[in-house]
Amino acid sequence: MIKNIGSKIASWIDERYNLEPLRNLIKHKKVPAHRYSIWYYMGGVTLFLFFVQLLTGILLLLYYRPGEDSAYESVRFIVTEVKFGWLIRNVHSWSANLLVLFAFIHMFSVFFSKAYKKPRELTWVTGFILLVLTLAFGFSGYLLPWNELAFFATKVGTDIVGVVPIIGEPLKMILRGGEDVTGATLSRFFGIHVAILPAIFTVFLVAHLFFIQQQGMHEPEKFKNLPENKKKYIPFFPDFALKDLLFWVVVFNILIFLALYFPWELGNKADAFAPAPEGIKPEWYFMFMFHTLKLLPAHILFIEGELFGILIFGVAAVIWMLIPFIKIKQKHGWKIQPLTLIGILVVFFIAVMTIIGYLV
Amino acid sequence: MKIDRRKFLNSLLGIGGIGGIISVFYPIISYLIPPKTTEPKVSSIKAGLSAEFPTNSSKIIKFGRQPVILIKTEDNEYKALAATCTHLDCIVQYKNDTKQIWCACHNGIFDLNGRNISGPPPRPLEEYEVKIVKDEIVITKAG
Amino acid sequence: MKKRFFYLAIYALPLLFLLGFTQKEKKDIKKEALPKEDQCYTCHKEVEILPKDFSQNDAHRYANLSCSSCHGGDPTSADETIAKSSSKGFVGVPKRQDIPKLCGKCHSNIDIMRVYQPRIATDQVAQYYTSVHGKKLLSGDQNVAECSSCHSSHNILPAKDPRSTVYALNIPNTCNKCHGNKELMKKYNIPSNQLEEYSKSVHGEALLKNKDLGAPSCNDCHGNHGAMPPGIASISHVCGTCHTSNMEYFTTTKMAKSFEEMNFHACEQCHGYHAVQKPSTAMIGVNKESQCIECHTPGDEGYAVSKKIKESLVKLNNYYESANANFLEVRQKGMNDVEIGFLLQDVKQTIIQSRTLIHTFDSTKVSAKTEEGINIAVKASLLAKKEIDEYYTRRNGFAAATVVFLIIVITLYLKIKEKEKKTNQK
Repeated sequence: MIKNIGSKIASWIDERYNLEPLRNLIKHKKVPAHRYSIWYYMGGVTLFLFFVQLLTGILLLLYYRPGEDSAYESVRFIVTEVKFGWLIRNVHSWSANLLVLFAFIHMFSVFFSKAYKKPRELTWVTGFILLVLTLAFGFSGYLLPWNELAFFATKVGTDIVGVVPIIGEPLKMILRGGEDVTGATLSRFFGIHVAILPAIFTVFLVAHLFFIQQQGMHEPEKFKNLPENKKKYIPFFPDFALKDLLFWVVVFNILIFLALYFPWELGNKADAFAPAPEGIKPEWYFMFMFHTLKLLPAHILFIEGELFGILIFGVAAVIWMLIPFIKIKQKHGWKIQPLTLIGILVVFFIAVMTIIGYLV
Repeated sequence: MKIDRRKFLNSLLGIGGIGGIISVFYPIISYLIPPKTTEPKVSSIKAGLSAEFPTNSSKIIKFGRQPVILIKTEDNEYKALAATCTHLDCIVQYKNDTKQIWCACHNGIFDLNGRNISGPPPRPLEEYEVKIVKDEIVITKAG
Repeated sequence: MKKRFFYLAIYALPLLFLLGFTQKEKKDIKKEALPKEDQCYTCHKEVEILPKDFSQNDAHRYANLSCSSCHGGDPTSADETIAKSSSKGFVGVPKRQDIPKLCGKCHSNIDIMRVYQPRIATDQVAQYYTSVHGKKLLSGDQNVAECSSCHSSHNILPAKDPRSTVYALNIPNTCNKCHGNKELMKKYNIPSNQLEEYSKSVHGEALLKNKDLGAPSCNDCHGNHGAMPPGIASISHVCGTCHTSNMEYFTTTKMAKSFEEMNFHACEQCHGYHAVQKPSTAMIGVNKESQCIECHTPGDEGYAVSKKIKESLVKLNNYYESANANFLEVRQKGMNDVEIGFLLQDVKQTIIQSRTLIHTFDSTKVSAKTEEGINIAVKASLLAKKEIDEYYTRRNGFAAATVVFLIIVITLYLKIKEKEKKTNQK
């Protein structure tokens, strides 16, 4: 009965809009099956978490009121008065963190399987931009509850921007909407978080997904070199999609578990004149940068240590983004290829700096 | 047998799916229903009708987490001040004979502008703004 | 070379100008604020024999008084023999007996004093002679306090100045200079542990530890210039200046009359004086520490009333404690605690009020108040329970959702396995 109506609607649309390409895509899209197949799920789960963010974000918008006198109060209102408000807010914050985590995992899995190589250079570039935008989402969203920790973390974060020569100071002013972190900054960050970033993000996300659909899943070297009859594939629909769904449900359940048992504290309302509370720490995904900057000596060569660090991070990010276009010769004698080695070093550096940052 | 198993799995998946949808949408729909206290407005609060508030009297009003004493003076003017004494946090009261605000705990006295004029209180009471909107008393945080 | 000098000059000019300007400004301030430095000061400073307690900030220096205003002599002469000659009126260190009169020369004269402060009091000396200190001084006692004992000699500052020896926070130590001296106090047959006792008292802790300037210092009960121990008649009024309701209740009771008849010291009889503690419920009732059973014995009316009052107070306290524990749990669980907090504040208020009502010695009045508090506490506890229940229902909801998701996960898993089997068979 339902099936009948469904197919009728489908044929109605088909008559008018020709669903053949879509049907073909669903029918023929396949995913290589091999030892490293598990990494294929990372992008999917990141996308899923993005949709969770989108939904909970829109829901929070219904009650949230930006502004110095209302932001904190409205978040408190959401958490205490609105039914399931605590759930929506905590899912939003937890999902943000998991999103960043899975985005990083996704990126490194792509890096180590060298999936960014021709013809997928632009998929990599758009993906990297999406990651940067995700971090910007995190940074701007952190301030919105207008609590003490967020206030000071934002102060420190925007201060770092100000160190950059020439453009730093004006950029800081633009970000803060004035000399200091005030209600004006809150309005700005709100606008950035709910309007500007989503708009840009959507463009890159569509491009990213379009590229993937165009080129299909990447096959690792070893798999590609297998004889044709030994290559195993599973159809994307329904096999892979079901597995994807399974993974999403598990992640979603973990998400509500975290939201319920480890709710994010609201803390005290931000007070610009209060002394900075102890232990101002950025969110964990900024920790490695934050801590590296802290460890740098006051002066390196002839420039300030902090500035030096920021420039290095900037250059490193650009190189990382452009890695598909950089040719590095394969060394035949080496057990680990130079690029892989670089990747391992980067992961190691991020991990160590993050851990030290939390221990100190 | 095999078909049965498939059918069983499908119907189980259907039940699970419906349950899953309910467990996602039930919170969302409850969230959408506005709570009784309609707004998190702690920057302003309604304190009843002006006509129903007798001259030369006071009442304590909850302003967020802060109790506020609302006074209608002899001249039908309104004053709203933080009601916790600045000495040791007792709740102050309006004395309609002396027209002053008095804290019973240690005989602290404030004038109607909230200034501490006698007794141990070290600081004035914080002042709030009172406006009358269509005969309704509205207290806002002076900012 | 010349050119360089020229530029230097151009840059230096505004700088010099600025420098000159700031220096000029400084001089102006000096001229206005700092007192004239006469010959006494100049020489004494040079040979470094300024008085031990000499302070640049002494209030009199700013009123254009010279050393000679008190010590006599000629402040214009640089010659010591002329400046300090008795023909010029030099008196050296004034005798103790003369000091009140010496200060009173100006301080008792409103015509002189109103120049400095229109509302200033000029009765200090008159008051002083009514005090125990003043009377003893008149009778020739050389040990009692005169003006300079409290105000210092050369570091005199208004009482509102935190540097002053008579600033509220400094008064206990100032009085203790003499009153803490065992040897000296023995002569007068009075104890010397007042400061020690006071520091431990609720007032002493408030003043000395918490720096609460509203808390009474020595002079708030004993008076300052007219210092005296408060008499029986005045003691409830002394305490009543701050503890108004307590006094009001107490003075109209039968007890107050009986106290008077028996020569009891109103408040002091139960609360003590220098070592007055924050009252606890142990002070009332029929237990060992109770103040009531000092006079009341089993069987009499007061004994029963005391027992009843104690019971209602303890009951209210217990209700408050349990409501507060619930409140803290709600808060810790991150639930809505605003309304509960308000109710608890109300309960606290009734606790204070019912404890004040003890001084009516009327158990029905106290229990009426405590019942009121208990009702609010019960309401607060109920609200808290509701919030805590809500917290646990959330977990139940989560458990239910998890079961649902588990069903989905398991069926999906089975389905995937089935599909895999099929493709393998193919």
